[in-house]
Amino acid sequence: MSTIVYIPRDSSALSVGAEKVASAISQEAAKRGIAVTLVRNGSRGLYWLETMVEVATDKGRVAYGPVKAADVSGLFEADFLNTEAASAKAHRLNLGLTEELAWLKQQQRLTFARVGITDPVSLEDYLAHDGYQGLKNALKLSAADIVKTVTDSGLRGRGGAAFPTGIKWNTVLGCAADQKYIVCNADEGDSGTYSDRMIMENDPYVLIEGMTIAGIAVGATQGYIYLRSEYPHALAVLNEAIAKAQQAGYLGDNIIGSSHDFKLEVRRAAGAYVCGEETSLLESLEGKRGLVRFKPPLPAIEGLFGKPTVVNNVISLATVPIILHKGAQYYADYGMGRSRGTLPIQLAGNIKQGGLVELAFGITLRELLYDYGGGSASGRPIKAVQVGGPLGAFLPESQFDTPLDYEAFTAIWAVLGHGGIVAFDDTVDMAKMARYAFEFCAIESCGKCTPCRIGSTRGVEVMDKIIAGTDRVKNIKLVRDLSNTMLNGSLCALGGMTPYPVLSAINHFPADFNIKDAAV
Amino acid sequence: MLQDTLINQASVQAGWAEKLDQLIAQYKSMPGALLPLLHAIQDELSYIPESVYPKIARALALSVAEVHGVVSFYHHFKTHKPGRHVLQICRAESCQAMGSEGLEAHAKQCLSIDYHETSQDQAITLEPVYCLGNCALSPAVMLDEAIFGRVSKADLEALIQDAKKTEAQA
Repeated sequence: MSTIVYIPRDSSALSVGAEKVASAISQEAAKRGIAVTLVRNGSRGLYWLETMVEVATDKGRVAYGPVKAADVSGLFEADFLNTEAASAKAHRLNLGLTEELAWLKQQQRLTFARVGITDPVSLEDYLAHDGYQGLKNALKLSAADIVKTVTDSGLRGRGGAAFPTGIKWNTVLGCAADQKYIVCNADEGDSGTYSDRMIMENDPYVLIEGMTIAGIAVGATQGYIYLRSEYPHALAVLNEAIAKAQQAGYLGDNIIGSSHDFKLEVRRAAGAYVCGEETSLLESLEGKRGLVRFKPPLPAIEGLFGKPTVVNNVISLATVPIILHKGAQYYADYGMGRSRGTLPIQLAGNIKQGGLVELAFGITLRELLYDYGGGSASGRPIKAVQVGGPLGAFLPESQFDTPLDYEAFTAIWAVLGHGGIVAFDDTVDMAKMARYAFEFCAIESCGKCTPCRIGSTRGVEVMDKIIAGTDRVKNIKLVRDLSNTMLNGSLCALGGMTPYPVLSAINHFPADFNIKDAAV
Repeated sequence: MLQDTLINQASVQAGWAEKLDQLIAQYKSMPGALLPLLHAIQDELSYIPESVYPKIARALALSVAEVHGVVSFYHHFKTHKPGRHVLQICRAESCQAMGSEGLEAHAKQCLSIDYHETSQDQAITLEPVYCLGNCALSPAVMLDEAIFGRVSKADLEALIQDAKKTEAQA
């Protein structure tokens, strides 16, 4: 009998040698005449334990990690495939049953229900794990009722803007047009975020299903996934999954025998951060420079090629299937206040146990950083965290008890964004981080509006003076004034939110700017 | 500029004119064809020579300036032939929190080049990148399409030495 061994194909797992571990296990098994079947699953998201190798047993999967290729022969010596053997149990990398790992067990994985469990490109595996149940339910509903279900679930745009998804869909549904589009924003450029990548690499069908449901709901027959060029693995997985879904009748004309058509294509972005902004993304999809458009008109009314277009983030769309499968109320029962459902949180930066934590809104930063994250990777105190990517505020330790909730973050002049949390230890120099925020904005500005295009470069120059100790008080006032202009005068969030990291750094960490307090 | 164009044309591989016509024919009628076409050209040549602009412009009913504008807007598109390998070092916040500044300095020193430059042996072009989505295992680098996490200076040096010995990936 052949033992099933799971080794992730997720790119983060590959980045620490998963491919070498897989070939070492194949070779060692062949050498010893042991039959193993390797399944390349997705990552469970416990990245500090990658490469995490799992062995299938009657009781569930038993995990070993972090496994290096050099550990493989030792694992075979310990008879690791026979998980009941005393030597296998005693092996230093044995983690026990995967499902019993507290880090995983305490999570509420709705969007990520299948991630790490299934073979990402196997449609059979997807179907065997509740795949396409949402679509089947959607096909029994009217377009308006699908939209109402999404609205009632309370789902808000997970890309960062947190706009209610159902309301956006309803606008597109209400537009009469010969062609409408569903566009998936997969230009996940925020540092500290990787949940979109995980969905696309590890459960691509859930995104395809979500986009198909969106198409049926609003009457769109063409979808595009605008995927960042930095994600070659996601591109390969998505293309393979789309081809398989099409072959099986889940994409194309008359989806699973219905009267609905929906075609889907992946389009590669080209390394411009600003194209994560929806109107810039649409320009890019049309084959132009990614210049931000003025709003109105809203993309929901005049979007791609001037047609009504739903532009949603990967996680928003990938959450639609479970809402249609289990119902709006099931999803809305999770969360707090106006933040309903769950958020796939990504722990990143200087953190001991980095990875994907999907939980209902309401957990605090402190719980995430210490209970899940285990503190800093360096072992030094965590001085600051940046939540929500390069345009998110830096938060000091005194704000770590803030619950993850859109409104609670707004109240402390911060943003939850796409749910990425980057931790910094006490060696970080916040003045340098403020300078970097301006520098990043200057590199990535599309150039259309002056506050962003010029303001970012002037910001770098003024920060250089502050760091050099030139007229500090005067120059900090100047940074505040410049930030005010950018906040209020920029066309989109790139220029408009760069002041968040800059001003939060000054306000919470004045000592790093060599000023006594922030009130200058 | 003119000299650049001449060098570009001279270095473009044989049979390229036919291949370019074929790619243009393949992508021409696609909605929003320019980016997919530019990607296809770069996949083929590892950069986008200026000599292709007029043909693309004619096929897509654009001006040469518009084509140039798009190529120059996006960081991913290269206008000069890179080395056999492209090494990207993540400069974003998560990697900074794990010491990517030290990695950047080390790479520049090992290769005796700055960002956007190619080592003298034409082996490696060094580029900054702003997030590879490997933030739980920072610092991260990417060599061609292979990604590496928790990269130490020694790891980086080994990667560079290996890359110098090997041919480009297909």
